[in-house]
Amino acid sequence: MRRLTLSHLDELEAESIHIIREVAAELTSPVMLYSIGKDSGAMLHLARKAFAPALVPFPLLHVDTTWKFRAMIEFRDRMAAEAGVELLVWTNQDGVRDGATPFSLGTQRYTHVMKTVALRQALDHYGFDAAFGGARRDEEKSRAKERVFSFRDRDHQWDPKNQRPELWNLYNGRTRKGESIRVFPLSNWTELDVWLYVHRESIPIVPLYLAAPRPVVRRDGALIMVDDERMPLETGETPETLRVRFRTLGCYPLTGAIKSDADTVPKIIEEMLASRQSERQGRIIDFDEAGSMEEKKREGYF
Amino acid sequence: MTDLLTRYESRDTLRFLTCGSVDDGKSTLIGRMLHDAGAVFDDQLDAARRATKKRGSFDGELDFSLLVDGLEAEREQGITIDVAWRYFSTPRRNFIIADTPGHLQYTRNMATGASHCNLAVILVDARLGVLPQTRRHAFIASLLGIRHLVVAVNKMDAVEWSQGRFDTIRADVSDFAARLQYSALEFVPLSAILGDNVVRRSERMPWYEGRPLLDLLENVHVASDENLIDFRLPVQIVLRSGASPRAYAGTIASGMVRAGDAVVALPSFRETRIASIHGPNGAIDEAHAPMAVAVTLTDEVDVSRGDLLAPPNNVPELVREIEAMVVWMSERPAARGGDYLLKQGTALVPATLAEVRYRTNVETLRREDAAALALNEIGRVRISASRTLAVDPYTRNRATGAFILIDRVTNETAGAGMIIARETAAHASAHRVSADAGSNVTASKGLVSREQKAALARQAPFVVWLTGLPRSGKSSIAYALEKALFDRGLLTEVLDGENLRLGISADLGFSLADRREAVRRAAEAAKLVCGIGAVPIVALVSPSKADRAAARSTLGDLPFVEIFCDAPLEVCEARDTKGLFTRARAGELQNVTGIDTPYERPENAELVLATDRESVEANVERVVEMLLGRGLVR
Ligand SMILES: Nc1nc2c(ncn2[C@@H]2O[C@H](COP(=O)(O)OP(=O)(O)O)[C@@H](O)[C@H]2O)c(=O)[nH]1
Repeated sequence: MRRLTLSHLDELEAESIHIIREVAAELTSPVMLYSIGKDSGAMLHLARKAFAPALVPFPLLHVDTTWKFRAMIEFRDRMAAEAGVELLVWTNQDGVRDGATPFSLGTQRYTHVMKTVALRQALDHYGFDAAFGGARRDEEKSRAKERVFSFRDRDHQWDPKNQRPELWNLYNGRTRKGESIRVFPLSNWTELDVWLYVHRESIPIVPLYLAAPRPVVRRDGALIMVDDERMPLETGETPETLRVRFRTLGCYPLTGAIKSDADTVPKIIEEMLASRQSERQGRIIDFDEAGSMEEKKREGYF
Repeated sequence: MTDLLTRYESRDTLRFLTCGSVDDGKSTLIGRMLHDAGAVFDDQLDAARRATKKRGSFDGELDFSLLVDGLEAEREQGITIDVAWRYFSTPRRNFIIADTPGHLQYTRNMATGASHCNLAVILVDARLGVLPQTRRHAFIASLLGIRHLVVAVNKMDAVEWSQGRFDTIRADVSDFAARLQYSALEFVPLSAILGDNVVRRSERMPWYEGRPLLDLLENVHVASDENLIDFRLPVQIVLRSGASPRAYAGTIASGMVRAGDAVVALPSFRETRIASIHGPNGAIDEAHAPMAVAVTLTDEVDVSRGDLLAPPNNVPELVREIEAMVVWMSERPAARGGDYLLKQGTALVPATLAEVRYRTNVETLRREDAAALALNEIGRVRISASRTLAVDPYTRNRATGAFILIDRVTNETAGAGMIIARETAAHASAHRVSADAGSNVTASKGLVSREQKAALARQAPFVVWLTGLPRSGKSSIAYALEKALFDRGLLTEVLDGENLRLGISADLGFSLADRREAVRRAAEAAKLVCGIGAVPIVALVSPSKADRAAARSTLGDLPFVEIFCDAPLEVCEARDTKGLFTRARAGELQNVTGIDTPYERPENAELVLATDRESVEANVERVVEMLLGRGLVR
């Protein structure tokens, strides 16, 4: 007898496509936040499938803190061109003018100014009423409770008391003027799912995910890559060249590398299966304080 | 590596719900399962160990419940959490757990979680046994269409691994679960804290021959829950690309489809064929649920979002009036006249709540009269949609039988609905007068009058109406009275409520609406009996004063004697040989007069019989005396 069930990845794929189409059909002005990572890559891939043979009917938005790895920026421009999607790039110019850097402000304040505030500015500027994000529920304990459609009021605040129950695949995308939703089509994917999907579908990824010799310094127990000359070295710090790769990508001064020999996607997957550390280990933003994600979410960070 | 992918791809996914009351050990169980299945990273484990030490309240090095985030903190902050999702996999299967908090918002949360799941794990604390919450959880999961129930009897360590305790709980749950819609019911005795029968088989409960919990979850077969028969494709979005034909994109809700298949677009009923199917990786010959596809059609038909494609020989019901069970999720109660947007499939239409029929008490499963449904209440409603919808009963098709109601003022998701099959729905709405009932119909007059017939029959008809609680003696008196009147040369016909329910009212239940209809039909039948000059003796609980008055007026100018068989409830219960009251008391039967629906005592009955104190014979004598006194019998 023929199997009339879907494999796990096919089921996740179908579910994500459904969510993406639903937003395109019900919301007036959606945008897809493109953070250049593997999750964004998978999300863009799914969006292309959702509308094929037509083109993705909404633009991509990258919030550029100006501290991204250089390799990410090149990659971003190439991917958008390939997909035939409009790419919007937004930087908080007030922050740039005020000299906001991860070093001058500390990670928390910096993230607030250059990511959270910048995102709000961009959404207001373009009047988007829905923004896709690539976050997954398995990323972090507090995300486990996040809905697929996450509501934001006029000030982009996540009102924890006013989120809507989500039943079946019947999403409620009703918004009033000024309100918006953040939509997470990858909610039910795990890190392993994403990697296997990247592999299965040959989705391009930024080379930083793959192991290579890179200049790094050790700082607070993390390996930080010296991606350009803006990185102030503390006394006693000298960059050394190690074979490293990144499990997640963000602003280079805030993203810890791991020592690794995995230079292909299958090797990454094998390494991950053998690993006993969770993915967020490398993300300095979480170390700030307990419950920090919850706080950031309220303010409008993803 | 390709190997790994192939292996991974050959696994399917089980989405299951976990529910339990606070402190049943749900977090511990989930944490233990994730841990023993190897799904916890070292840094997470370290963090949990540190937290265990910091709390200091736990004797042991690791409190497994700390591996999963408790949901209590959020509740205290007033954050509305519906469901916390957890993910893990074993070499056999991928699992998605919908973990629902056990506190006050349970109904809304459980319903939300259950709507995504095929199986529910309900925790029972071995020391406490079955609690009202256990029934509540089992009911809600069943209502939402879950057909596999696993009862995890936790804390077996605290009851000395007692088989007797486990058996008692199993019997208790089986008892009430039998009345729900489960197709599979399993029980696992375990200790979340020690890990017995969670992932590893317990050596301390050799009497248990079943599988440990995880083993069971890995092997349960749920694919049969899917509806593979009725092809349904709700059109989500129309894709246009250059010169290529329009493609209708959507997620197949159920069934399968092949290129070339005939389909109808609903609700327009335009017939056409599938020209091509595009799957996520390009053109394919056939597709099935739950694939996200785009199809092109052979004809230029007008199809848009909200429409549904189905096979011409197997179409869903097309309705504007929906009968449904709803779970209410809003602080603003559901009441008649409420305005909502109804989302079903991909259709989004204005709708009005036409009627709240009843509320279901989730602990006793009884129906209660209700004018409105408050937050976290469940009940039966009738909804009028402003446009025709293509629907299937929820029990047949979860995808096309489900809907949500969106509050038009606040935009919140106010309710979740499950559509009830039309035939079932028709029963409850039988009392409803169709829009065209009575139009173009006028009473005809015969050539022989009732008086002439009475003269021929040598008797003048009248109506005896016996009312009273079940088992109060109505039937006994009715039949004894018939014998007494027969002996006096009178032709009679007993219209016994129970018999009517086997025939003329076989389609009716026991809701207030159905009872009203049962009374109406009995009165009409009595009228027909009078029409042939005989004497109808109606024996019917007829608990509602208004309904009895309506019956009296149906009989018009025919003499009508209402006789109240008055026996206290205890006496009726004591006499109950058919187990009616016992079952009602056990919560197995709903709408039993005297137990959960009221009996309105007649105030102006022509005669009241003390059926608890007097014998049947004596009572019949009193009736005959009264009839003689009124000149109805000579
Ligand atoms: N004796 C015993 N206690 C348990 C077991 N599982 C959980 N508990 C305890 O029951 C209490 C509640 O556990 P928790 O997992 O937080 O319950 P939840 O509220 O259902 O998530 C805690 O004190 C646990 O240590 C078990 O298998 N045996």
